Amino acid sequence: MRAAVLVFPGSNCDRDLAQAFRAAGFETQMVWHKETALPEGTDIVGVPGGFSYGDYLRCGAIAANSPICRALVDHAGRGGYVFGPCNGFQILTETGLLPGALLRNAGLKYICRTEPLLVGETDSVFTRGYGAGEEIMIPIAHHDGNYYADAETLDRLEGEGRVAFRYGRNPNGSQRDIAGILSANRRVLGMMPHPERAADPGHGGTDGQRLFAHLSGALAAA
Amino acid sequence: MKARVHVMLKDGVLDPQGEAVRHALGALGFEGVEGVRQGKVIELDLAPGTTEAQVGEMCEKLLANTVIESYRVEVL
Repeated sequence: MRAAVLVFPGSNCDRDLAQAFRAAGFETQMVWHKETALPEGTDIVGVPGGFSYGDYLRCGAIAANSPICRALVDHAGRGGYVFGPCNGFQILTETGLLPGALLRNAGLKYICRTEPLLVGETDSVFTRGYGAGEEIMIPIAHHDGNYYADAETLDRLEGEGRVAFRYGRNPNGSQRDIAGILSANRRVLGMMPHPERAADPGHGGTDGQRLFAHLSGALAAA
Repeated sequence: MKARVHVMLKDGVLDPQGEAVRHALGALGFEGVEGVRQGKVIELDLAPGTTEAQVGEMCEKLLANTVIESYRVEVL
């Protein structure tokens, strides 16, 4: 399986994400934001965390309009897989691939700590390694992670089983404790927490490792 | 031509920064500030012939995120 990790000026979790993909068996390439096409045969695109374009204008807004993101949107449109943690989630909402937006944390502070997450929907290649309702510990590190969508959109996400993860104790004011959501076809996952930072015993936790392991298994079988 | 774009969080979208400013004003002794909303102003220097409709398109595509923000264009 082939993974492509996008790199924007200001990305700082791109290598962590690539490492997690590689450890799970993906042949992984980094792709600079000025590229207009993804590498041939890309199965999954990783949109990494960080501060793309310095968070200017809005987090993820400039990245969402970069040349490589046009290729990203085409990839998703063809049914390709996409995984965006943290700034990646912000970018995915700005491209319109996922609904809603990420606002400034309700407490106004940048929060960097490990938080309990509750697994929501398990019917996706990203979450099938977990039990529904299982509590896992995953680090968060963000200033703008307060998930917002109108009530109708939230009802739709819940009704369609597209809430992948919720916070066990809401750290940032996110509506309905939402930490991560899936696209309608369940092939795009955006989440504020960082499973790639809990993917190796050296990280102090391995609860994120299963996401990559099962993703790899599912795509290998596809 | 110059245009000024005002971008504000929509009504009903929580504005934690505006709330913090409201608290700070109260702490300074300014009474009677019942609400603060913080937005941004973007000034554009535009080539002759640029239309207001094009500025609207810029707002829709980039300058505002219409999921959470509203915008107003002022041609100067």
